[in-house]
Amino acid sequence: MADLLARPCGGTVERLTRPARVYALLAWTWSRALAQYPASLALMTFGTALGAVAEIFAVFVVFRHAGALDGFSLAEGLLIASLANLMFAAADMLMGMVEGLGQHIRSGSLDVMLVRPVSPLVQIATDRFAVRRLGRVVPAAAVAGFALYHCDIDWTAGKVLMLPVLVVSGVAIAASVWTASGCLQFFVADAREAANSVTYGGHALTEYPLSIYGKGVVYAVTFAVPLAFVGWQPVLYLLDRPDPTGLPDLLRFAPPFVAVAACTAAALLWRLGLRHYRSTGS
Amino acid sequence: MRVYSAVYIAGLRRYSTYRAATLAGILTNSVFGCINAAVLLALFSVRPLINGYDAADAVTQVFVCQALVATVAILGPPLDLGERIRSGAVGTDLLRPVPLLGWWLAEDMGRATFSIVFRGVPTLLIGTVLFDLLLPGTAGHWAAVLASVALAAVIGFALRYLYELAGFWILDTRGIWAVVGLVGPVAAGVLLPLPLFPPGVADVLRALPWASMIQIPAEITLGKESLPGGSAAGGLALQAGWAAALLLLGARLTSAATRKVVVQGG
Amino acid sequence: MTSAHSDDAVIEAVGLGRDFVLSEGPLFRRRRRTVAAVRGIDLTVRAGEVVGYLGPNGAGKSSTMKMLTGILTPTSGSLRVLGMEPARERTRLASHIGVVFGQRTTLWWDLPLKDSLELTRHMYRVPAADHARRLAELTGLLELGPFLATPVRQLSLGQRMRGDLTAALLHGPRLLVLDEPTIGLDVVSKATIREFLLRLNAEEGTTILLTTHDLGDVERLCDRVVVIDHGSLAYDGDLAGLRAAVPVPRVLVVDLAEPSPPLEVAGARFVRAEGPRQWLELEDNPSAVIARVAAGNEIADLTLREPDIEGVVAALYRGAEPRPA
Repeated sequence: MADLLARPCGGTVERLTRPARVYALLAWTWSRALAQYPASLALMTFGTALGAVAEIFAVFVVFRHAGALDGFSLAEGLLIASLANLMFAAADMLMGMVEGLGQHIRSGSLDVMLVRPVSPLVQIATDRFAVRRLGRVVPAAAVAGFALYHCDIDWTAGKVLMLPVLVVSGVAIAASVWTASGCLQFFVADAREAANSVTYGGHALTEYPLSIYGKGVVYAVTFAVPLAFVGWQPVLYLLDRPDPTGLPDLLRFAPPFVAVAACTAAALLWRLGLRHYRSTGS
Repeated sequence: MRVYSAVYIAGLRRYSTYRAATLAGILTNSVFGCINAAVLLALFSVRPLINGYDAADAVTQVFVCQALVATVAILGPPLDLGERIRSGAVGTDLLRPVPLLGWWLAEDMGRATFSIVFRGVPTLLIGTVLFDLLLPGTAGHWAAVLASVALAAVIGFALRYLYELAGFWILDTRGIWAVVGLVGPVAAGVLLPLPLFPPGVADVLRALPWASMIQIPAEITLGKESLPGGSAAGGLALQAGWAAALLLLGARLTSAATRKVVVQGG
Repeated sequence: MTSAHSDDAVIEAVGLGRDFVLSEGPLFRRRRRTVAAVRGIDLTVRAGEVVGYLGPNGAGKSSTMKMLTGILTPTSGSLRVLGMEPARERTRLASHIGVVFGQRTTLWWDLPLKDSLELTRHMYRVPAADHARRLAELTGLLELGPFLATPVRQLSLGQRMRGDLTAALLHGPRLLVLDEPTIGLDVVSKATIREFLLRLNAEEGTTILLTTHDLGDVERLCDRVVVIDHGSLAYDGDLAGLRAAVPVPRVLVVDLAEPSPPLEVAGARFVRAEGPRQWLELEDNPSAVIARVAAGNEIADLTLREPDIEGVVAALYRGAEPRPA
């Protein structure tokens, strides 16, 4: 790892992959620094893992009482909840720190990042990179595995191949939503808490079959803030279930495209925000 | 007494400057209220009655919870006391002629008052507009709710005071927050109303201090018989008991901490 | 490496300006007001110069610094730093300059200094061998050895500043931009840093631009002083020229044995008294005045106060026409 970056400026490929490598390097350095307090790290990781367990446990309790919600069984409900949790947890780990943007602006540390020859977005996203958030991913993945096993899924080669694509797309979409809502702080200084209602609220929303919230909400999270592609559409695809809200079945193949669009939109918003910051000085 | 009211007003003033954050907080609480209410409505449409709770009870609890959650600060923020203990600045606080516990209690009650009036009440109003909530019909009932909310705020303070006070003995109180940040919401009835848990578990949780911050005030609002003694009076007595016990413990530990600082010089 | 414009100019600003739009008043009745923070500055800094960039708070110093480093986009004029346009080529420029903000660290708060410096190396793509050599060199000069393994948050202000300087210099920048590098430091740390900067300038020819409120920094370091006030250039020349342009007298503070009526001494003018302490503005050389005071009074203590930069700059703006040297 140490010498990956220590080369003179390279070609196009090098330029394009550099942010990812700088990201990995910064994240690694932070993780190593935090690992100097292993007891504290273990406790925090365990605590974070319990957080995911508690949320999935709530879904379990609700489904145990209900038997089935909107035609989704307990195992299917757990599949939705665990996949959503998994993707949001991974996205939170990768880009969650962007929500601290306002703090970086106020303290002037954004200026410090801007005088370094590395993307400030990468620097913010890796600031105090919290490996402990992996703690959320582990129980979510375990429950997802359990639920996949217990759901009545007609496994085809296509589904096996699609599963990782859907997971990666979901993570990318959730990370984009996280980044974009963080960028709002470029324009409105106190936007952090309001943005939380989109990020954490979106997370809470996607833990249940979206159809229980009614058509209006489903349309909003399909076409406005594309969270329907984080857990909901992938599960409909895996279960071969028609969309209960009557949206076309073709949408379940959209996640990779939505992911690209969402990442592009988030990147543009970041650039716009940074330009705004540099042209207003606030 | 003068000192405490001055500190109380300072706490109130301090939080009243965060207007945008208050508005955003109302938004966040309302969004979470709507999401949780929708989930519970879906559940109760399948099972109309669970351990004495029906759909209207559950939705009412969801919004009482969202109205209270910032006031009792069950999910944080921690008291600034923790930062002062870590930096050693608490040494000067201990030299003040005002007891540490009283000082921070007054400050936090200022914060809680602002929070309940400008964040809690609007959130509850939004809930009543969007859903059919079961709110008290008589002045006496409202008085009981008000008392319950006040006690909940004191318990919320006392718990956070104890978490931070632990900083005198252990290095990093973030570990404590990592644990209570999870246990708290589950045991208080934030994650789900306690009646959704098996009755035996629910009764145990109801007796713990966290339930006195959310679940008990919600049941007092709803006038539930599941309260200790079957009435609001029993619920208030439980809350008052916890408030007194936790404050007493806080005072005891403060003296112990003071001795430790005096003897070891921090 | 970069297309040098006019021979050896490191910074070339022509008519550089920066406006801010402020929104004022209550919501719905906001008024927009344009305020010029920097107005039409012409400034050329050549390779190897050490330039003090001075001015009262709010004069436009930090806006200029931000434009030079590419953080802030200018609203008018042209600006080239090392042949690059900072606002458009910020990332590329960043690899060739070093920046230190005295009031906020560029190091990572929770990491040991060594790790912070290692991260910096990767960000600036310094080859490992060059890094090791340069780090050893800087560690020796700035005496970093004893605290390389200490987390940054536990460093004293002076240690932190030495760490920040190291981080800013590891990639061998041709231009070093320092914003209040000695603010809040003790006398010894200040001296260490000043000596180091002089040596850096002499041995490597690094161009240095610094803002400061400390006259000592200016006297010790700067061949050239640029004063900005209300966004405009008020003076550009050497320190002696600045002093000559705006003569601000030195002040003698005399602590007498007991409160006395205002002293009347030739070569000094009474300013004010506070109990037994009196302030005298010197018009003659200090030793002569002190001798005269001592002749007629019992003196408990004496201090001679140099006019500070604030005073000089304020006087410059109050009265005398700027007179470029």
